[in-house]
Amino acid sequence: MKLFQYHRPTDTQSALDLFQKNEGAQYIAGATNLLDLMKKDIVAPDHLIDISRLPLNNIQNGPLGVTIGALALNSDVAIHQIITQQYPLIAQALLAGASPQLRNMATVGGNILQRTRCPYFYDIAMPCNKRQPGSGCGAKEGFNRMSAIFGASEDCVAVHPSDLCVALAALDATITVKSAKQERIIDFKDFHRLPGNTPEKDNILEKGELITSITIPKNNFAKYHNYLKVRDRASYAFALVSVAVAFEIKDSVILDARIALGGVAHKPWRAYEAEAYLKGKSDSENSFKAAAALVVKEAKPLTHNAFKVKMAEQTVLAAMLAMFN
Amino acid sequence: MNHTNTISSDSNDRVDGRDKVTGTAKYTAEIPLSNLVYGVLVGSTIAKGAIKKIDTSEAEKAAGVISVITHKNSTKLFGLKKSKTAKKLDLGLRVFHSKDIVFNGQPIALVVADRLEQAQYAASLVKCTYEQAPHTTDFGAHLDQARPSSSKWLSDTKRGDVTAWSNAPFKVDQAYSTPQEVHNPMEMHSTTAIWEGDEKLTVYDKNHAVQDIRDILAKALKLEKEQVIVNSEFIGGGFGSGLRVWPHTFAAIIAAKMLKRPVKVSVTRPQMFTMTGYRPATAQKVSIGATKDGKIVGIKHEAIGQTSEYEEFAESVTGITKMLYACPNLETNYKVLPLTYSTPIWMRAPGEATGSFALETALDELAYSLNMDPVQLRKKNYAETHPDDNKPWSSNHLTECLIKAARQFDWDARKPEPRSSSDRDWWVGTGMAVGSWSAWRAPATARAVLDSKGNLLIQSATSDMGPGTSTTMVKIASDASGIPMGKIRFELGKSNLPPSPGQGGSVTVASVGSAVYDICNEIKQKLLDIAVETLGETYKEAKIDDVFLINGKMGIKGKPASLVTFADLMEKKNITEVEATKTSSSGEEGGKYAFYSFGAHFAEVYVHKYTGAVRVTRFVSCVDAGRIINNKTASSQISGAVVMGIGMALMEEQHMDHQHGRLVANDFVGYHIPVQADVPNIEVIFVDKADPYLNKMGAKGLGEIGLIGAAAAIGNAVFHATGKRVRNLPITPDKLI
Repeated sequence: MKLFQYHRPTDTQSALDLFQKNEGAQYIAGATNLLDLMKKDIVAPDHLIDISRLPLNNIQNGPLGVTIGALALNSDVAIHQIITQQYPLIAQALLAGASPQLRNMATVGGNILQRTRCPYFYDIAMPCNKRQPGSGCGAKEGFNRMSAIFGASEDCVAVHPSDLCVALAALDATITVKSAKQERIIDFKDFHRLPGNTPEKDNILEKGELITSITIPKNNFAKYHNYLKVRDRASYAFALVSVAVAFEIKDSVILDARIALGGVAHKPWRAYEAEAYLKGKSDSENSFKAAAALVVKEAKPLTHNAFKVKMAEQTVLAAMLAMFN
Repeated sequence: MNHTNTISSDSNDRVDGRDKVTGTAKYTAEIPLSNLVYGVLVGSTIAKGAIKKIDTSEAEKAAGVISVITHKNSTKLFGLKKSKTAKKLDLGLRVFHSKDIVFNGQPIALVVADRLEQAQYAASLVKCTYEQAPHTTDFGAHLDQARPSSSKWLSDTKRGDVTAWSNAPFKVDQAYSTPQEVHNPMEMHSTTAIWEGDEKLTVYDKNHAVQDIRDILAKALKLEKEQVIVNSEFIGGGFGSGLRVWPHTFAAIIAAKMLKRPVKVSVTRPQMFTMTGYRPATAQKVSIGATKDGKIVGIKHEAIGQTSEYEEFAESVTGITKMLYACPNLETNYKVLPLTYSTPIWMRAPGEATGSFALETALDELAYSLNMDPVQLRKKNYAETHPDDNKPWSSNHLTECLIKAARQFDWDARKPEPRSSSDRDWWVGTGMAVGSWSAWRAPATARAVLDSKGNLLIQSATSDMGPGTSTTMVKIASDASGIPMGKIRFELGKSNLPPSPGQGGSVTVASVGSAVYDICNEIKQKLLDIAVETLGETYKEAKIDDVFLINGKMGIKGKPASLVTFADLMEKKNITEVEATKTSSSGEEGGKYAFYSFGAHFAEVYVHKYTGAVRVTRFVSCVDAGRIINNKTASSQISGAVVMGIGMALMEEQHMDHQHGRLVANDFVGYHIPVQADVPNIEVIFVDKADPYLNKMGAKGLGEIGLIGAAAAIGNAVFHATGKRVRNLPITPDKLI
């Protein structure tokens, strides 16, 4: 790992200023991803600005919904009363990710910004447009069992690895970001990008911008929701496919439906067409089956991940059916 | 065989457990040494060809860097100078001895620096260009290029009418495959080399065969064995990866020689996948024919195993098929397929682990085609003697394993039809399989020293890669001598201790345990000799079987007045300790009997109806490993092997990018081994009956037996749950949706 300078500001403004002042700076919080990337020579910042001491870890209810500070730890969020009672899907998704040790370190902001786990991204001897633009995509014609079935491009077939983000996408969260100049609010669905021909950019965050909080709007999904993750072992593995579903149902009629998938695209993947189909339908297995089929209608699998199409369809169906258990 | 003292099967805590959990025990890479510098290996980024230009100038300029060693400037070692393709395992990769590249990730440079972090950074600055040559890495795509193994003991077998299976009324004829697996012990490999002049080399090296490693190093360096010392006292797992010398060890030795100071080279986790061996992939075909009542009339088992292009590694994939079932007609053959990759090595239950998956899955398929209970099918085909040569078994309690495990599992309550049981969104299934492993014994020597205070030190150059060998040996010594465990210390893991086989093949207890047992009797005999010589009438007629040791004293059974302290005895001869060294080996019984351990595994699985996820929810193993020396460590051995079986069945698979001839996901993100959540309560039962012939303790090895058949039992349970037969491991969710 390259030598770097380490800064540890205690207020947000100082952190933003430090970033402006130092070329090659990067924020670091829980270090559960960035440290790996540095050790493997995938990123080599000259300055690390440790934001873990900033006062950004509150979780509180407001008029619009719950706001979670960007530095709240995954483990703390997962057991917070507001979350477990009013946004249980978030807790479920968080607990499906990583291990207790990692969740004790990892922050909500860092979770949203974690890089792909595509093995080609992690091996500097392999081509990867995300790591080294123009070097090619190793996975596309190589080992792509874990790769995307939606929204991939010629240049990149990587998937976003987060579980939490799948739930945040389903719940239409917003992200508040700050720079030295301004504060802005970004809809979660717009935050992460599809790879296109610039896969090196995971999201629309601008240089120096810092995520300060995430807001999840109030909803009526506490009763019918589910997070179902399929992976190669029972715990501590990234998703082959994961599904977040959240429903509002009255008298067996679906008033609102949210379906988001993880492990299938460069960003948490919302199944808008299936959601629209379900609105006004009865909560029958047939409705769910038809919706699940719609979810994968546009899937474009690669050599080794064709199974994800059927797996996604069946996991969406299973996640919806299990809401009633 | 004479049983002077019987061995009990109590449960004893590990004698070194406290040292290990408190960090007092120093593992190879932790041993503090002065003047030590750190080497980091740079791996090639092509699979085959030659180095065109290697540029180390940037690395050499980096902070703290002492030297960068490549094929251009490396000191050449005697044994590595000749470069040719070997017909068997020899000295391995000729690291830094030529510009040739024979596998992707092959070490091409060693960066040595004052500190590890400096060496790591500088290693990232080494630049290399290559002349590329075409590589062959796709095992499944090149099976037609497999060639017969040059290993004689794995030669093809024909017994009786080899076409018998195909003429039988009930048949199975299927292909199976197992992927490349990686040992991945918790502790990573590391070597520290220290030269004293050019004449004496000491290495601290993570291995579990200190004398084998010493012998290989002496050969490579053209030194006498006495000039090389290999130490490996505490080991954080090995599973076979510590049975040979790997490139990082030669790299450390070369660097220490060139720099004239101690050099430590530790491999990283990703390098553990490329530089320290792996279990080769196999492709197998099993054909079995049986009569209507389930009698097997013929078996054909063909196997192809992966090896490298520069050495041949071969293992006994079809061995289990030659002996497990009574079958007059048999054909087996085994071939190797060289690929452009590093050489595989023995990994726990080498050969049998993969061979038993094919054989025992085929047996399950045969049971379904016969509409016969799979336990009954195995009982029906029990071999009364070894089917190859009709030698009697030294002991074979396979049927008892089946009965005990089936009872514990409540097998009889099972409905045999696939998809006959479910629980919410999960199909529920049960399956079983059996296994065997040859119970070997090799010559071993132990030295013992008893002091006047009653402290007993026993030494032998064996290893303890994790099974609890130190504890077992102390237990055997205590049972054999009567000296309490707390007063006994067992020293191992140093090549200058008395000779012992390396820890592999489940031989340690049978071999080294025998030496320990015998040396304790030797010490007793020496005490008795002193007593007979110096104590006159009381001991005059006493025989070894009449005397006992207790609380620092010796006495004759039934004669309390005979008690005499060790101190008094030694004083009579004006000595302060009694010392003895003795080699133990098997006698003529070794040729008369067929020696094997046996096991039966029963598994219950849940398979998610929609997602294909598999969870093992119950596991029962009953093992015949002769007399159990220490129930606690023995049970742990079997449980650990079953965990490995779960990994083998459900998740372990090393992937390769064939375009680049390079491993992908060679880390713990991409290569899955079971985590706690994957492991159910594992119930381990021992038959615990002494083998009358293998050794005086009656113990057979149990290091491998817990794994053999475990994956098949799980696969068979998956079939019972879902009706889907997955013949290509691992059984990941994508294969079940």
